[in-house]
Amino acid sequence: MKVPLNARTIIVALVVAGLLLLPVYTTLSGNVFGLTLFTRIIIYALAAASLNLIMGYGGMMSFGHAAYLGIGGYAVGILAHEGIGSGFIQWPVALAASALFALVIGALSLRTRGVYFIMITLAFAQMAYYVASGLARYGGDDGLTIYKRSDFGGLIDLSNRVQFYYLCLGCLLGGIYLIWRIVNSRFGMVVQGLRSNERRMQAIGFPVNRYRLVCFVISGTICGLAGALLANNTDFVSPAAMYWTRSGDLMVMVILGGMGSLFGPVLGTIAFLLLEEALSQFTEYWALIMGPLLLLIVLFARGGIDGMLGRVRRG
Amino acid sequence: MAEPLLRVDDLVCRFGGVTATDHVSLDVHSGELHAIIGPNGAGKTTLISQLTGQLMPHSGTVSFAGQDITRLPAHRRSRLGLARSFQITSLLPDFTAADNVAMAAQAHDGHSFRFWGDARKERRLRDAAMSALSRVGLAHRADTVVSELSHGEQRELELAVALATRPQLLLLDEPMAGLGATESAQMVKLLQELRREVTIVLVEHDMNAVFALADRITVLVYGRVIACDAPAAIRQHDEVKRAYLGDQHVVTKHD
Repeated sequence: MKVPLNARTIIVALVVAGLLLLPVYTTLSGNVFGLTLFTRIIIYALAAASLNLIMGYGGMMSFGHAAYLGIGGYAVGILAHEGIGSGFIQWPVALAASALFALVIGALSLRTRGVYFIMITLAFAQMAYYVASGLARYGGDDGLTIYKRSDFGGLIDLSNRVQFYYLCLGCLLGGIYLIWRIVNSRFGMVVQGLRSNERRMQAIGFPVNRYRLVCFVISGTICGLAGALLANNTDFVSPAAMYWTRSGDLMVMVILGGMGSLFGPVLGTIAFLLLEEALSQFTEYWALIMGPLLLLIVLFARGGIDGMLGRVRRG
Repeated sequence: MAEPLLRVDDLVCRFGGVTATDHVSLDVHSGELHAIIGPNGAGKTTLISQLTGQLMPHSGTVSFAGQDITRLPAHRRSRLGLARSFQITSLLPDFTAADNVAMAAQAHDGHSFRFWGDARKERRLRDAAMSALSRVGLAHRADTVVSELSHGEQRELELAVALATRPQLLLLDEPMAGLGATESAQMVKLLQELRREVTIVLVEHDMNAVFALADRITVLVYGRVIACDAPAAIRQHDEVKRAYLGDQHVVTKHD
């Protein structure tokens, strides 16, 4: 692939290089907080990238994407609680549970479009939230503490901050590579065509819903992985991970970074979480500043941060 | 006579109290160019949409190549070889012209659950796209994004997309809509070439085009077929003159 040398490519390259080198800096300077913060940012970036696959490329405005963060997290937490500590079991279960959830809610909600789709995905995510709140055995409302991180039998030590950071970064870059391949494949062309003009796609012979559904499941599965990472990062999982405001945050990260751009969600997540961090230093009403800021971006920079860096070219 | 390629039998479609398609029957034979004319609101687009599956009729049947397709969804009909162009241009606006046509070729090249290879680099799809684009004279605009094409070029692209599905029957819903005189003439010339390869149902307001092209003409008024005959006979048809054409010169004099 020919990569054009422009402001956008340079910034993305710098960001990736910065993320790769961050542990060197934090280790030398002893800044543990920076590493923890960026581990969180990277995990959310993976979740946002997965949302971007359906929202940016597929035109499916899911307002319940945080559900997969919770499902992936609870899969790890519940198995750990029941004494199954192996990551080789926990993580596949997390992915499978997320995929299954996506399959069921996708099959039902993809019958609708537009506002109805937004509402129905929101409703399903809230259902997941209340189900988790009702799991008395697993902490209910208070959430579930994970006493031991996923065990990968000496292959990698998740309790080691640097190793865990690189695992998360590997998942993010791998996830983005996967999404890049998908959106440029035949399958990805169909999904993007559906965003553009569904009636046309039907008329030329595509059975549209099954393509949408498969895309929805892939997206949910990737987000389930982010959920498993997040639970390991915080050693804790609670219903709050699935609350609708969390789904809203993910949407904002995607829109802020630029819908339908490969690295947009990463830039958006970095901007969102750093802003949140910085603003909350000054005031606990940080959302009061964040809100108008988002409004300005939506009004004046349609393509988000990525759009400001260069002309948006999808794919 | 041989089995018609498309047979519409007693088709009815209502919107509330309005019967948009009122017991319509018609046959389209293989190799024919069959025009459907009628005043605004006669139900031409409604009829086409029932033929291609965007709309379901309330009663009656549609059969294609001997198979009952009345209840088949649009994408299945496309697979069988039925292609349509839309009266109001309906393309993928943020894709290039070549992408639009390649997508149509892809739809007819097995399933699209292929997640890895770069679709834009697949020679087979690109070649099919280029040949359809050349067919309508758009090859030089292949890499232009649809939203940047002129209206006339978009109408031609509609046709290229339909052709790329390699149809047996082409349903064209006002392909000349909004075209200038030169562009219309070009489109007529193009259709004259295409009709040798594919059976065409043409819905059109441009009477010059219709009488120049059609083998047979069906006249639709208020959802009902009032006449179906060769162009010469339609010109003489009293009910047609009265109900639809009104200004007689349109039908009688043309060069």
